[in-house]
Amino acid sequence: MIRSRDRNIELVALLPVAVLVTIGFAAVFAQDNNALSNLSLSYGLYFLALCLAAHLFIRVRLPDADPFLFPLMALLIAIGLIMIYRLDADIARDLARDQGNWFVIGLGFFAALILILRDYSVLERYRYTIALIGILLLISPRLPLIGEQINGAYLAVRLGPIGFQPGELAKICIVVFLASYLREHREMLVVGARRFLGVTIPPLKHFGPLLVVWGAAMLLLIFIRDLGASFMFFAAFLSLIYVATGRLSYVVVGVTLFLVGAWVIYSSVGHVTDRVDIWLDPYRDPDGAGYQVLQSLFAQADGGVLGEGFARSLVVIPGSETPILPAAHTDLIYTLIVSELGLAGGVAIISIYLLFAARGFKVALMANDGFSKLLATGLTAIFAFQAFVIIGGVVRVIPLTGVTLPLVSYGGSSIVANFILLGLLLLVSDRARREAREGTVVR
Amino acid sequence: MNRRIIRVYGFLIACFLLLAGFTAYWTVIDADSLKAEKDNRRPLLKAQKVERGTIRAADGTVIAKSVPVGGGESRRYVREYPLGPLFGHPIGYSFVGEGNSEFERFHNETLVGERFRVSSLIDEFTGRRPVGDEITTSLDPEAQRVAQGALAGQPGAVVAIEPKTGRVRVAAAIPSFDPNLVPGNLAELNGNPAAPLLNRATQGQYPPGSTFKVITAAAALDSGAIDPQTLIDSPPSLTIQGQPLANFGNTGFGQIDVRRALTSSVNTFFARLGEQVGQNTLFEYMDRFGFNSKPEIDLPKDELSVSGVFQGGKLLRSGDAVDVARIAIGQERLLVTPLQMAEVTAAIANRGVLMKPRIWARVRDQDGRVVRRMKPESQSRVISARSAAQLTEAMEAVVNEGTGTAAALSGIPVAGKTGTAEVPNRAECQGLPNQAWFIGFAPADDPEVAVAATVECTAGQGGTVAAPIAAAVMRALTE
Repeated sequence: MIRSRDRNIELVALLPVAVLVTIGFAAVFAQDNNALSNLSLSYGLYFLALCLAAHLFIRVRLPDADPFLFPLMALLIAIGLIMIYRLDADIARDLARDQGNWFVIGLGFFAALILILRDYSVLERYRYTIALIGILLLISPRLPLIGEQINGAYLAVRLGPIGFQPGELAKICIVVFLASYLREHREMLVVGARRFLGVTIPPLKHFGPLLVVWGAAMLLLIFIRDLGASFMFFAAFLSLIYVATGRLSYVVVGVTLFLVGAWVIYSSVGHVTDRVDIWLDPYRDPDGAGYQVLQSLFAQADGGVLGEGFARSLVVIPGSETPILPAAHTDLIYTLIVSELGLAGGVAIISIYLLFAARGFKVALMANDGFSKLLATGLTAIFAFQAFVIIGGVVRVIPLTGVTLPLVSYGGSSIVANFILLGLLLLVSDRARREAREGTVVR
Repeated sequence: MNRRIIRVYGFLIACFLLLAGFTAYWTVIDADSLKAEKDNRRPLLKAQKVERGTIRAADGTVIAKSVPVGGGESRRYVREYPLGPLFGHPIGYSFVGEGNSEFERFHNETLVGERFRVSSLIDEFTGRRPVGDEITTSLDPEAQRVAQGALAGQPGAVVAIEPKTGRVRVAAAIPSFDPNLVPGNLAELNGNPAAPLLNRATQGQYPPGSTFKVITAAAALDSGAIDPQTLIDSPPSLTIQGQPLANFGNTGFGQIDVRRALTSSVNTFFARLGEQVGQNTLFEYMDRFGFNSKPEIDLPKDELSVSGVFQGGKLLRSGDAVDVARIAIGQERLLVTPLQMAEVTAAIANRGVLMKPRIWARVRDQDGRVVRRMKPESQSRVISARSAAQLTEAMEAVVNEGTGTAAALSGIPVAGKTGTAEVPNRAECQGLPNQAWFIGFAPADDPEVAVAATVECTAGQGGTVAAPIAAAVMRALTE
């Protein structure tokens, strides 16, 4: 049976995760056995039990789903968990425990989504509601009382003790909306186009919605003041437009519009100006605004090809709590990995994201209807571009911004949102592969 | 749509390759320059976690050691210098906030243990902490103390080298500094007008005075321009390049040989000899003695000064216009370091072969095994053994019956040469006109030590001020 073979592949693919978690936790334990309690070692076992439970759940509910997506995701979470666990001793906090709890909550959302959303095409029906929720989520950090500004960007809300990054959930809403909208309008965007000066210009009346999306992205940029998040949304949007219409001109026009908008905001919003200027020359303020980027590069330089060794990189100045690698558990977790596991570790992380993206796009390729294709493409693209934005920031390809490294960085909202993203991808995949297996493709 | 999805994936791969490329750039290609960046405190902070190796004197006395501060993860090590200012030069200091200097800096990799990265994987599980290697030097604390004491607070320097091996036994400079007091006071020490952080033994540049006549004599004898019997007419004074050049006390000597000329430090003899030898030959012998390039000692290159003829800070070469007669007697624009003059003396003492000067002697790992041992290495064959013997005989006469009698040791034959350079215009000397020198070695027949001693800003002569200092150090090292 193909179905059980798929699930057996998934189970076997979880083995590397198990090995990694065991070795990783044992290594941290060996390094810091005086700082960490025996109990903490059980986190690893706990994590593996949860992975197994998730696997059994998928086996029952989504027997045809892609067998690699969940193990790849578990691998990323495991790497993140180990790095965060390793940080606990340095910064004297229990972040790994929190992250583990978020993992449980994320799994809960994942299971709930799959149980509730048996037919995901209902999403199409509520697309404007979903879009509205997405927009509200995005601008919520600017709302009084709950909004929170971190380093000049508005990316978080705080409800009592719980801080939350609504952008993480909003990205899914936006992708669902765009997939649905473009599925319906793509024909007209293609057919009505005219060529002018060698450039294909879409018909004006259909160009409108594009301008609206662009305007929304720019507005978001102004609202959340974060180039990275904005870039991530726009890249996913352009990927979808391109896949939906096949018109490269839309992408060219979109990129141009984005650059124009970004330039305007760069020259008018002080916080964005600072981020960009520091990106171009971090040495202009090595102890202030440039500190994080520079320390990121310095820590990577220490890594070399194979790294300094696990748990060997300096995170705080010895004998103090002053960070020498600021936000090592969130923004700079990729730096920490490169510093300790070297170029090899960095390339491994990048490869895992590429493998995940490959499986995600494979889901899109196998899907039989436009919405499913666009949904899988959009979810995969935004996930991968998010990884690109934050890694790109810490290796100075683009300005450093405050989005999380999906599934690896510490952060509850990121884990929960990405589990929902995984749930949707698996739903699409399950249907597509079932149809392929049963030969019940209805076009 | 499928083709386009694959193209989007292709674009994504390109993006991620860019990330991998940048990661490779920071971790491998640009890593060294990032590590050297002055805003990068990581290397120093990491070094602080390593127990830096101990530095010992030749007799095992601890010169520098690391003591732990704090415990557990925050344990770090701080340098301690039990002997205080005794070895401020040439050992220097090593602190996280202030960096490393001198010997501590040159041997940094050894002291933090280069092997520490290789073994880190094993150490990870055994919990062993990285420890640097221990270095034993050739420095003699007793002789160093004698040298500092003999300088008696006068700015100056003494360098003593074992001629056969190049081992540096003494490298004393006054003023010195207590490395223990460097943390927090570096700016003040740097701004101090007495320049206590300047190692005068290796960085002080002084006019050599008559000690340079030894080099002129070496060039003349070895190149065959003269032999020990050659007589040169030495009047009370000469006119060289329109300016009078006179002997001390305006004394005339008539026809004398090189031994007599050295014994009485006859200027007119050596001025004529210099012109006879010629600028090219003289510069060639200076090169062989180590002039015109940084000394090959185990100290950081940027903390060493070159000896040679300088014009406005620029080194003059053999093709430049110079007054060779005045160079031959140690005047003109000649500037030398005490280390360089000790090397000249050691080369003559070692039958004409200059050995590379070395402060370090042995490296032990944390288990006490000797992992490296200094192998004496020759830098150049400067003059023939025969010329060296002829020169030694003349230099013995200097100490026995000439200007250097104050350097004589009872029962031990000493060879040497005095020098007194007039530097009347130096502001910091406050009217004290002379730079006093003595270079010499003992025992003259089987040298164990070659020494150069100099005193800045003195009213005295090389024979009265510097010779006794050199004698005290030679006595300390030949007992």
